[in-house]
Amino acid sequence: MTILLQTLATGLAIGSVYTLLAVGFVMIYKATRVINFAHPSLMLVGATTTALLTVQLSVPFFVSVLASVAVVALLAAVIERLAVRPMIGKSVFAIVLATIGLDVAVRVVAGRWIGNAVRPIRDPWGLDTVAMGGVIVQQRHIATFFVMVLCVGALYLFFQHSRFGLAMRATALDQEAAAVQGISVGRVFAVSWLIAGALAAVAGSFASSGVGVDQQTWLIALKALPAVIIGGLDSIQGALVGGLTVGIVEAVVAVYQPGAIPVLGQSFALVAPYVAMFLVLLVRPFGIWGTREVERV
Amino acid sequence: MNSNRGLAALSAGRARPPHVVADRKVRHRHRMYTSYAQQRAILNTGARRKSVLLIAGMAVALTFMMPDEDLVLLSVGLAAAIGAIGLNLVTGYAGQISLGHAFFVGLGAYTASCLGATGPGREVALGWDGLVWFPAAFVLTGVVGVVLAPVAVRLRGLYLAIVTLGLVLIGVHFFRELTHITGGAGLGRSGPSFTFAGFELDVDRNFLGLVMTGEQISYLFVLIVMIAMAACASNLVRSRLGRAFAAIRDRDLVADPMGIDPFRVKMTAFGVSSAYAGAAGALLAAITGYIEPSGFGLSMSIQYLAMILLGGLASISGSIAGALFITVLPRLSQSLAGLLPFMDDSGSGAGLLTAFQLEQILYGLLIVLFVLVEPGGLVGIWNRIRSYWRSFPFTY
Repeated sequence: MTILLQTLATGLAIGSVYTLLAVGFVMIYKATRVINFAHPSLMLVGATTTALLTVQLSVPFFVSVLASVAVVALLAAVIERLAVRPMIGKSVFAIVLATIGLDVAVRVVAGRWIGNAVRPIRDPWGLDTVAMGGVIVQQRHIATFFVMVLCVGALYLFFQHSRFGLAMRATALDQEAAAVQGISVGRVFAVSWLIAGALAAVAGSFASSGVGVDQQTWLIALKALPAVIIGGLDSIQGALVGGLTVGIVEAVVAVYQPGAIPVLGQSFALVAPYVAMFLVLLVRPFGIWGTREVERV
Repeated sequence: MNSNRGLAALSAGRARPPHVVADRKVRHRHRMYTSYAQQRAILNTGARRKSVLLIAGMAVALTFMMPDEDLVLLSVGLAAAIGAIGLNLVTGYAGQISLGHAFFVGLGAYTASCLGATGPGREVALGWDGLVWFPAAFVLTGVVGVVLAPVAVRLRGLYLAIVTLGLVLIGVHFFRELTHITGGAGLGRSGPSFTFAGFELDVDRNFLGLVMTGEQISYLFVLIVMIAMAACASNLVRSRLGRAFAAIRDRDLVADPMGIDPFRVKMTAFGVSSAYAGAAGALLAAITGYIEPSGFGLSMSIQYLAMILLGGLASISGSIAGALFITVLPRLSQSLAGLLPFMDDSGSGAGLLTAFQLEQILYGLLIVLFVLVEPGGLVGIWNRIRSYWRSFPFTY
């Protein structure tokens, strides 16, 4: 029982990282109808910036995270303006490929600094743990979870209670109608990418706290894709539930699968999210909360 | 008069191309087809017949002009071209974005290796002939493609892209774990022996006084296989099925009431595409002689997408051009690295970038640039040059 609770706690923490990334994917999708395959590189830049600031320049952790949020949000906005905005109206395939191309290029630049070593992040927790009624939980996991709740909560308030949040929801519903009402659709695109980039930076920084940044860190962001698909591409609450589900699935599989089904191999947990995604899609092709695509001939 | 002849030939059901006569009259490239048969023909104009012959002749001539190590690189490029043609069938022609192509390439490579590799080793190696392992890799991957297709066929656009991405990551995991087939991560295994009908392709030989190295023979062999498979693909896309692919790509909802079954057509597209990928994987494994599980990951899938994008979507010759371009890109960036002042060519980590990193950046930026500036790819550029000179000195 203790092991199960511990596993669930770990799962919630990993899931929080996926949720932050998944919400970014969904925001960009809702605004611009694009899946941003450059998201892994944004997350990597965020984690790298935090590592650079905390270790090389000895900046306190939280200040570094804020700085890296600013850097990545700006980078995302630049990508949107230079590469994605000119492509409005082009085929999905072209836009997907453009973001993949950007991802490859940006990741190499960030990876150049990382090198072959693991770059540590100087954070307040390291791998310290805390015991909560017999269940041992890593402090960084608790921090990640709370930061996720904070970010998602703030986003919820922003969408529901701010003028610009309303504008963003309107744009997601119908771009032309929104533009007619005086909403600057271009600014909505930019802000969506800005927020998604900021969330990616937070996710990257917290995912690498304690363990550091290396060449494989970007793969974490790919695992947010099953979360998005499970929840549904255009649903923020879907991203939240999908992200946490994927995290829990991964943690549970990591603990129980090597003993229960050893045939699947040692690191099966790393691909378990994708298997879960296949299973969900077999039943619901547009995810659990996704809008079923209705098309007119 | 020509059009009458063409229609007569068509109605009589004869295949004799009527444009041969037209060719003698008009020296220039045709701007109009004079019959349906001519429009559908595989080499539909005199200029195309000549240019295909010329390029094929040059490719054969390269055998005797290039050093052996460059020929190996070109052979890899030609094998990759088969895979790129396959991806172009499903993505360019049928419009289904697949990020999972590397999985099928890997499947073909491992099928061929298990059946065709020789010698004692930890891995399965049956040592069969190329006449067995090559068709087996082609058929088996095609079947797996058809089996997996129903999941993919339910999905559209971005959902499909993400699911195929998942497929490739799951694939790499199992390639790494199944050590008795793949040798395991970091270790790898040997490829199939390059023997067809008992004839070893990768040893030096003397053909009636013409001495050829193994590399030259394998290059020629891969070239012939590639041309044959490209011709098959060209035939496929100008057939009824090929037009169904295009209809599905352009609007699958409309294709349905027009009598095209989207499910069956998409499944066929996935099947043929995977089979081509399997053939490419088998040849790649045979040429390089060594395969490692991590090679069949997401980056290979992206490479294949880059090939068809840079070459030209929905174009067979574009797929070939793109595959060759992406394959020689590392060599290009190495030469470029020698010319740029900030490059690190000593391997000491002193410079700004290594050749490999430059290659990766180049290739990411090339994708973006082509998408933004020339979505038609290399073929699009070629078409533009051609139409510029056709109407020279007028702009249209």
